[in-house]
Amino acid sequence: MKEENEQNSRRKFLKFGLLAGGATLTALGLQQNILGEAKATTGEKVKVMTADGKLVEVDSALVNHHAADTHLTQDQIRQGIEGRRFVMVIDLARCANERKCIEGCQKMHNTLPPIEYIKVKRMQDAELTAPYWFPQPCYHCDNPPCTKVCPVDATFKRTDGIVAIDSDRCIGCKFCMAACPYSARSFNFGRPQQEAYDKKNPCDDDHCCTTKASTVGTVSKCDFCPEHAAKGELPKCVTECPNGTIFFGDENEDTVSNGEETFRLSELLKSRAAYRQFEELGTKPRVYYLPPVERQFPFEEAKEAHNREE
Amino acid sequence: MSLNQIKSDKTTYETFTQEEYMVMKDELLRPVQRTGKWGKAWIAFLVVVCLAGLYAYYIQETRSKYLTVSLRDYTMWGVYISNFVFFVALSLIGVLMSAVLKLTHFEWYRPLSRIAEVIAVAAIMLAGVSIVAAMGRPDRLHFLFLHGRIQSPIVWDIIVIITYITTSLILLFIPLIPSLATCKNHLHNKPKWQMKMYEWLSFGWEGTPEQWKILKKSIRILTVLVIPLGVSIHTVTAWLFATTLRAEWDSTNFGAYFVSGAFLLGVAGMIVAVAIFRKAYKLEKYLTPMHFDKLGQALVLMSFIYIYFNVNEYLVPAYKMSSLHANHLLNLFTGDEAAVYWSVVFFGMFMPAILPLFRSMRKPVPLTIIAVVVVIAAWFKRYLIVIPGLAHPYLPIQDVPESWKHYSPSLVEMTIVAATFAAMMLIVTLFSRFFPIISVWEVAEGKLEGKDEIINYK
Repeated sequence: MKEENEQNSRRKFLKFGLLAGGATLTALGLQQNILGEAKATTGEKVKVMTADGKLVEVDSALVNHHAADTHLTQDQIRQGIEGRRFVMVIDLARCANERKCIEGCQKMHNTLPPIEYIKVKRMQDAELTAPYWFPQPCYHCDNPPCTKVCPVDATFKRTDGIVAIDSDRCIGCKFCMAACPYSARSFNFGRPQQEAYDKKNPCDDDHCCTTKASTVGTVSKCDFCPEHAAKGELPKCVTECPNGTIFFGDENEDTVSNGEETFRLSELLKSRAAYRQFEELGTKPRVYYLPPVERQFPFEEAKEAHNREE
Repeated sequence: MSLNQIKSDKTTYETFTQEEYMVMKDELLRPVQRTGKWGKAWIAFLVVVCLAGLYAYYIQETRSKYLTVSLRDYTMWGVYISNFVFFVALSLIGVLMSAVLKLTHFEWYRPLSRIAEVIAVAAIMLAGVSIVAAMGRPDRLHFLFLHGRIQSPIVWDIIVIITYITTSLILLFIPLIPSLATCKNHLHNKPKWQMKMYEWLSFGWEGTPEQWKILKKSIRILTVLVIPLGVSIHTVTAWLFATTLRAEWDSTNFGAYFVSGAFLLGVAGMIVAVAIFRKAYKLEKYLTPMHFDKLGQALVLMSFIYIYFNVNEYLVPAYKMSSLHANHLLNLFTGDEAAVYWSVVFFGMFMPAILPLFRSMRKPVPLTIIAVVVVIAAWFKRYLIVIPGLAHPYLPIQDVPESWKHYSPSLVEMTIVAATFAAMMLIVTLFSRFFPIISVWEVAEGKLEGKDEIINYK
């Protein structure tokens, strides 16, 4: 079963990696064709997206695969993945509060409830307006209030847009948590259940992200799963959502995907009147919301209270 | 009053004889010479509370903080941080009750200045301890020096606090040098190491005119220096909060608001300290009803200034009631914290602004009671500034256990806070048992120079 999952994720990785990275790769392939240095064809066709947004099939030999190196060096973790500007789009019309993103994320990051790096909140802006479900990860702001205040550079902004945490550096002053106006950060207080769980399920590099929850006394949060992004895989919150609510992609490539559908980022933001939460705070989030209009599901109140257990 | 009258008044000033000076020395050195039964019991009590705090800290650091501490993801800063703010505020007592009075020639500062300075030094030390207690990884404290970033307000705070503590220590020490020589010459039956300490610390002080000149010049420079430093430490402490985007701290008023609050606390703390030293060390001759009268007037002034900044801080946003602020403000005004909030407004600001307007309330006993209430209210004021707003962030708190929504400090937290208070008082007490808590030469100098305020107070 585990193997099958791995196979699956590898296939997904290929799919997304090729879709997202397609434009540059195709260009590379064409160039090689023109120069007459084409490698022997394998006969296996893969789909890639061209610069003008068309899907074309090319031989897999023309495509350079991303290095499937799961081990990022400390430098890479601080620098970010070259040439990338990760971005997330959340379609509020699709969220039905199934909380699968939360569960997938918790599994990925080895966290137990009530720690949620992505939360789903019931929002209602005014008395007469309709309530809606609001998935909320870390916004990986471009003007991050959290990294500014860190006294030891334990949380920092990477070139690929990700706001990351070095849990070996963090001194646990929690100033970043106080500074985050979205309450996106979480502190590892060493909850006994979590400690026991960590012992049973050691965080191995294959399924864990840079942000380890297992470092007691430090801050953690949604990290946009950079190991997976480096491999061209989508974060778990994206792939786990049964309704395709969350899109992840690269601003430089102008593409976002939820695993099933792929959109031009700029088109999507324009046509759906996207917005960012609390724009007036000037944090410049990298997570965009599509307003909850023409909803796929009628709003239903939550049937049970979650995370009651201390 | 004509010039002649003043002149004739001046001639009637009585200074003191050599015998009187010896009596004065004896009286001021008495607490150092001998520690009574109650004095020892008091020290023992403080030591026990400090040890309890150390044990609580040991428990906190060795067991799961999820169980030992009530902090959670939303209320991630608790009483340690509010206690830190309280102690930084208290440390401004040295600025106000020693430096400002000295520079503005309020002569009644003389017997107060050393008390204020030693409280300032002790308070700022315990502010540092409070911060370490709040850290998730105290084992990485040295990272602040290895990886410190100047962009972070925490680093600014460390810089100004270290500068302030150094300056305050020097400012405490330099006027102490002649007193150390006095100790060396007049104390008897003391352990050898203690006499050695006096000798070593007094740097061969002989009281030559040259030495006095240097001493006074250094004091003057440091006194001027310590005022901007004191204002900086509390302003930067305010910035720890004001540099965030949270509604409850998002204020341009914060620095001045904190400093004014610190001055109110400083006056109240001074009154309490004067009352205790006066009774415990029988210093009624030096810490007189005049001091209570003056401090009571200062209390009124500082209360009104603090009320002014509170009106700016709370009532102006409340008038607008923007949706970003409403959540937090309504919680203070009518919600869970309303009882504490209005008690602090009443007991911590209006009572000290109004009661000491009456002369009878500026007598030692009533004024001391008022000051104790103000100090307690000041502690809760810092609690209200730091904590309740955290449970009212911009985005609603949902799907969390009960303990994540409401913070009330755990036993471990309160024990550590109690221990910080005990440690602060222990430092002050031990200091006063090794060094004269009232500067002999400064008081003598005031009398010799015939300072009007000291001699002619009725």
